Amino acid sequence: MEPMLPESGLEGRNRLRQDLAGWLWVSPWVVGFAVFMLVPIAMSLYYSFTDFPLLEGALWVGTDNYRRLLGDADFWLTLRNTVIFVGVSIPVCTVISITIAALLNRSRGRDFFQAAIFLPSLVPLAAGAIIFSWLFNGEYGLVNRVLATVGIDGPPWLLDRNLALPAVIVIGVWGIGQAVVLYVAAMQDVPEQLYEAADLDGMGPFRKFWNVTLPMISPVILFNVITMSIGAFQAFVVPFMLFDRVKGGPDRVAYFSTHYLFDNAFAFDRMGYASALAWVQLLIVLAFTGVVFLVSRKLVFYRGS
Amino acid sequence: MAAEPPSTGLAATRSSRATRWSAHALLVVMAILWLAPLAWMVVTSLKPADQAASASLRLLPDPASSTVSQIVENYSGVWNDEAVQFPIYLRNTLIVAILSVAGMTLSSAMVAYGFARIPFRGRGPFFALTLATMMIPFPVIMGPLYVLFGHLGWIGSLKPLWVPAWFGGAFNIFLLRQFYMGLPKELDEAARLDGCSHWGIFWRIIVPLSRPALAVVALFHFIYVWNDFLAPMIFLTHRDDFTLALGLQMYQSKSGNTPWNLLMAAGTMVVAPVVVLFFLAQRSFVRGIAAGGGRE
Repeated sequence: MEPMLPESGLEGRNRLRQDLAGWLWVSPWVVGFAVFMLVPIAMSLYYSFTDFPLLEGALWVGTDNYRRLLGDADFWLTLRNTVIFVGVSIPVCTVISITIAALLNRSRGRDFFQAAIFLPSLVPLAAGAIIFSWLFNGEYGLVNRVLATVGIDGPPWLLDRNLALPAVIVIGVWGIGQAVVLYVAAMQDVPEQLYEAADLDGMGPFRKFWNVTLPMISPVILFNVITMSIGAFQAFVVPFMLFDRVKGGPDRVAYFSTHYLFDNAFAFDRMGYASALAWVQLLIVLAFTGVVFLVSRKLVFYRGS
Repeated sequence: MAAEPPSTGLAATRSSRATRWSAHALLVVMAILWLAPLAWMVVTSLKPADQAASASLRLLPDPASSTVSQIVENYSGVWNDEAVQFPIYLRNTLIVAILSVAGMTLSSAMVAYGFARIPFRGRGPFFALTLATMMIPFPVIMGPLYVLFGHLGWIGSLKPLWVPAWFGGAFNIFLLRQFYMGLPKELDEAARLDGCSHWGIFWRIIVPLSRPALAVVALFHFIYVWNDFLAPMIFLTHRDDFTLALGLQMYQSKSGNTPWNLLMAAGTMVVAPVVVLFFLAQRSFVRGIAAGGGRE
């Protein structure tokens, strides 16, 4: 911040006019930020210490909600499912999207292939969920029809407790297009001289990828891992629609935190408890992001530093 | 962004050519895998119910049964369904999309101008705070927002889905601010010497020069609104107010026996506008993503 000099006369008035103009221009967002972000977060914190059925109003109960949460089997179940989902899907999506980007980077007809991979990421998740519930259908789904041609009797994917979560992850992989586009853009920015130097060192394509490409795109990997993880922690629509007959899927293996939060707030009419869940979820996401940043300090390479 | 020529000369040994060919083959497989779900949705939507739900692998619909009248029957069956009223959901979605996109683009552009061009006191910290809000997941605030909108009397109307957009969005403000920072300041200064106010500079210089960036913001926000599911599900209470994404869910769960061909026809109708938009504005999409993630 600029040092505050003693102001007088015209200078001071100009300064003030500039402040006024600046805050006037950003004023829509001041209101939006306060009303649609700050206030709800504060309300959520307050509600988390209350018992709050929507029609009856909030009643202060201290830390009851948080204590109850510790002994709530459904809380631990949904948290566990969510952590498994994030823990598996983020590495899978990251490896696949970097691999595809590496293939795209030097290929002929890049624009076409990139468009094909990118397009599904724009498809509404609600539509994606019904498409895949059809593909994974046990009797007539395309997946099992294809398997049948090689003599495999495909399982009813979405009814099997071991296959339900992989099915949700597959839909996530289908939607990695935006990450791929970012990786390709980052790979295009890697200076050609670095590859030439690696050639002189006698590196093969895989070592060049490992020693040159990956370090150079590591800031983008960090960005993608963080945005994807924040998204995956909130996963809701896909499992909600994929398992519309049996909530959370077989044995509730795909019953996630956001779904449980939604149920408490709007189905069980426990807004106070839901708010405690929301705060715990927020803290987990922030802690996770913090850890990723800390770990990345050693792994991410910034040009010019 | 011209495609680089494949490296030649020393590098073009037999083994590297083999690598290139296998990479190419792999890409073809990937493209097929990624497009197959969409293709299968469309193909299923063209078939009669008994053929959609059969174990045959026939990729293209049988011309004997997937006649024009069959296709019309499928799609008009979805469109004219009595319980799930897609025409009304389409209207609602368009209302929300138009109001929301207009508000989001305009207000984010103005706020971004304030951040990029006016060095007011408190600008740095407030901008940092703006970026920090991008980390807050919507589910965390959806409960209080419901209560808040209830106090405002908005629950049961479309307002919760578009009014907030008129106050800007953190990510779009960030995107546009980055773009404005890249526009030469001399233009503003010349205009100011000519007696232009901030208002004049914004409308006569910044907006015309940032049209591509504004298009990116509008495009992505349209897609966001079109695809949004959780917010409409929470804030909309009357069936007459539902949006297409919600309609799709209703259509899926309405009866015990899902007619797959009709469900896929409904899916195709919801996905088609997105695909058309993608083909019309492919470059804007790619540019927008690169701008959002590349400048961390």
